[in-house]
Amino acid sequence: MKINRRSFIKFSAASSALAAAGSIFPGISFAGWQNQEGASGRINWQKAPCRFCGTGCGVLIGMSGDRAVAVKGDPNCSVNKGLCCVKGFHSVQALYAKDRLKKAQIRKNGKMVEVPISEALDVIAAKIKETIKKHGKDSVSMYGSGQWTIPDGYVASKLFKGCLGTNNVEANARLCMASAVTGFMTSFGIDEPMGCYEDIEAADVMILWGNNMAEMHPVLFSRMLASRKRKRNVTIVDFATRSTRTSQAADKSILFKPNTDLAVANAICYEIIRNDWVNWDFVKKHTTFHKGKTNIGYGTEDHFSFKDKPEDITFEEYKTFLADYTPEKVERISGVSAKDIKYMASLYGDPSKKVTSFWCMGMNQHVRGTWIQNLVYNIHLLTGKISTPGNSPFSLTGQPSACGTVREVGTLTHKLPHGVVMNEEHRKMAAEIWDVPVSNIDPKPTYHTVEMFRALDRGDIRFMWIQVTNPMITMPKLKRYREGCLKEDRFIVVSDVYPTPTTDVADVILPATMWVEQEGMYGNSERRTQHFDAIVPGPGDTMSDTWQLIEVARRLGFKKQFPWGKDEYIEKIWEEYRRFHDSPKHNMAPYSVLKKRSGVQWPFVNGKETRWRFNPKYDPACKKGTDFDFYGKKDGKAWIWARPYEPAAESPDHEYNFWLCTGRVIEHWHTGSMTRRIPILHNAMPESYVEINPEDAADLGVTNGEKVKIVSRRGEIVMKASINGRGVPPRGTVFVPFFDESYKINELTLDAFCPISKQPDYKKCAVRLEKA
Amino acid sequence: MPILSYLVLPKAGAMEQLCTDLSAMECCEVIPSDNEEVVVLVTDTPDENTEKRLQKTLKDLPSLQSINMTFGHSGEAGE
Repeated sequence: MKINRRSFIKFSAASSALAAAGSIFPGISFAGWQNQEGASGRINWQKAPCRFCGTGCGVLIGMSGDRAVAVKGDPNCSVNKGLCCVKGFHSVQALYAKDRLKKAQIRKNGKMVEVPISEALDVIAAKIKETIKKHGKDSVSMYGSGQWTIPDGYVASKLFKGCLGTNNVEANARLCMASAVTGFMTSFGIDEPMGCYEDIEAADVMILWGNNMAEMHPVLFSRMLASRKRKRNVTIVDFATRSTRTSQAADKSILFKPNTDLAVANAICYEIIRNDWVNWDFVKKHTTFHKGKTNIGYGTEDHFSFKDKPEDITFEEYKTFLADYTPEKVERISGVSAKDIKYMASLYGDPSKKVTSFWCMGMNQHVRGTWIQNLVYNIHLLTGKISTPGNSPFSLTGQPSACGTVREVGTLTHKLPHGVVMNEEHRKMAAEIWDVPVSNIDPKPTYHTVEMFRALDRGDIRFMWIQVTNPMITMPKLKRYREGCLKEDRFIVVSDVYPTPTTDVADVILPATMWVEQEGMYGNSERRTQHFDAIVPGPGDTMSDTWQLIEVARRLGFKKQFPWGKDEYIEKIWEEYRRFHDSPKHNMAPYSVLKKRSGVQWPFVNGKETRWRFNPKYDPACKKGTDFDFYGKKDGKAWIWARPYEPAAESPDHEYNFWLCTGRVIEHWHTGSMTRRIPILHNAMPESYVEINPEDAADLGVTNGEKVKIVSRRGEIVMKASINGRGVPPRGTVFVPFFDESYKINELTLDAFCPISKQPDYKKCAVRLEKA
Repeated sequence: MPILSYLVLPKAGAMEQLCTDLSAMECCEVIPSDNEEVVVLVTDTPDENTEKRLQKTLKDLPSLQSINMTFGHSGEAGE
């Protein structure tokens, strides 16, 4: 930073006054003082949810004039109670990096050329029309995000499903929480967690299933540690495939071999039954037993399809199924000692302990993602530890609105804002609210995300509009899908805030407003909808993703369906969308309530939020006179599933002898397109690396920081080794964070997915290592 | 030439008004505390006459309770 003599004296003058104030008023704060130049006066604090993960922390953004200059945790938000993580504290800096996209661009003669945004919107509308005329309605597609605001996703679904008549709407949340959805749907018949974050303070035991919360959900992890310190009888167990900061802070760290969490969960159930820790009253009144198909495949081939066939079984049949999962047998499969399996079972089985299980990508990005969710629900259902404070199977999400925009609005190929496209009544409801003929809504789903990119590669899809996401970093088996985007006669539109590897493959780039440059809502992991105002002006020609879609819809002739004015459209969209959820099971708060509060949990009934679902003490949707009502299923009973252990799609062998697991780090949000532009975060974690077990590194002759080549059947990459760093994998496993676009680790991963959820597994494929 | 800094206290209930008044004045930069009723004021005036006028205006501000200098630099010829 350059500073002249006069600026230096002024800076000294300010510092003197600040120091004097500090000596007179202990604890005095001057949040805006470092932004003295250009400051217009008092800092004005405005509420918003954090831009980054799915925790949904409330933040207060300090505004000096038109500029966001500071962030602090919102003490009135029950999620974080004034706390913030390192990403949240620095989040406003992501608005102001130098290479912000401010103008629309169109590819002309192979080069991107800046154009007025109206011209770019004209081109997009014309291209959609032309593509549908030439190749049919299912040749155009929309690929959005769990970082879409709720209005963004809602208008995308309305335009594509209701007006254009194609179900080609998907979102990157397919890559992060689809297995959570199918887990809820198969076990409870209704999506999203029954509990809330208050379970953290109420629980005696918290078991983390493949979930590095210290880095991925740091504010919630802080609440866990604070609760343990305060109550002193709290136990935290980290059950994972590598040692992390979470393991260091936990009371017990237990490592398992990849994919064998299925076997361990069954062994825990075996032990619960063997020791008669079953809550028989709960099980008899509120559960039924089922099995489904086995050997269900991995989806690595194009056009893969799978449909499960549930069958009823008896408790005795379930018990017989579990006989294959004694702790001793499972020890041989999983590497987890029988003693540790019995220990975990005893925690769940102890009737005096309240137990909450947390998970996120470890169980979601899993070739048997639906099954492992079912199996953890089994544990809670057998012991009756569910839907009461402190007793929660709790699926966390990774993105700020994966729940709000993707799961609740239904921006997936088979979904509608209420229900699914396959259901006639649901189609009728959507058609009425959207003011379109019901025949417009196709009853057949088209492509889930992996298959959508395969269809683009094959040529079944010719047009794709990508908003708020970076698939040219995040798609597994990336090389195939990048080459697909670049093929002749493919047209890619990308709406984003910064240049990324995805804008590199675009034919049109639309500059988007970001976060608090627009009004919108997010929905977090605990069913909380969070409204934010437009408090910062967007730069240049930037436009909200919602408004971009409205502009294109109008150009396509759908003015009647998208009639709103610029000063009212978010409120109008919200009130229209809310009609889809008008029932005690899912009622959403009115716009006026959302505006006032730092988030509101649904179901919002008679002015009250619902903390714990399926429990009539807290949930007005439950039948009266019952102690629990799992109303997602017709008979009000939750399902306990017999699901076996099956191996990963690709396991280490003689040629490729290491597991590769990918993931995130605390400093960076997903692909790093925003956080790598925040200097303090970039400097703290400037580049990706490969974590190697110290003994494996010694065998390879590699020391910390030396370069290693990682090779899979799909690609190779060279990067620095991290040995005994913040994470330490067991022998035979390596871990690589995916935030760094200079190291595209997904060129090595496999596009295998859970056949039920269609969510890819980023945690398991086979690689070999060479000293580079 | 002179650069001075002050701690300025508003009259009861006049914090907002004080910030508005000071921000509107030339040669003034304002850093309000976000949790106490105190404002840091940094003044940077080009000459002695302007400095005198500013001092008088500050003393006459109705929203101002007290003003205490914490730093002073008289400036040098040609600065």
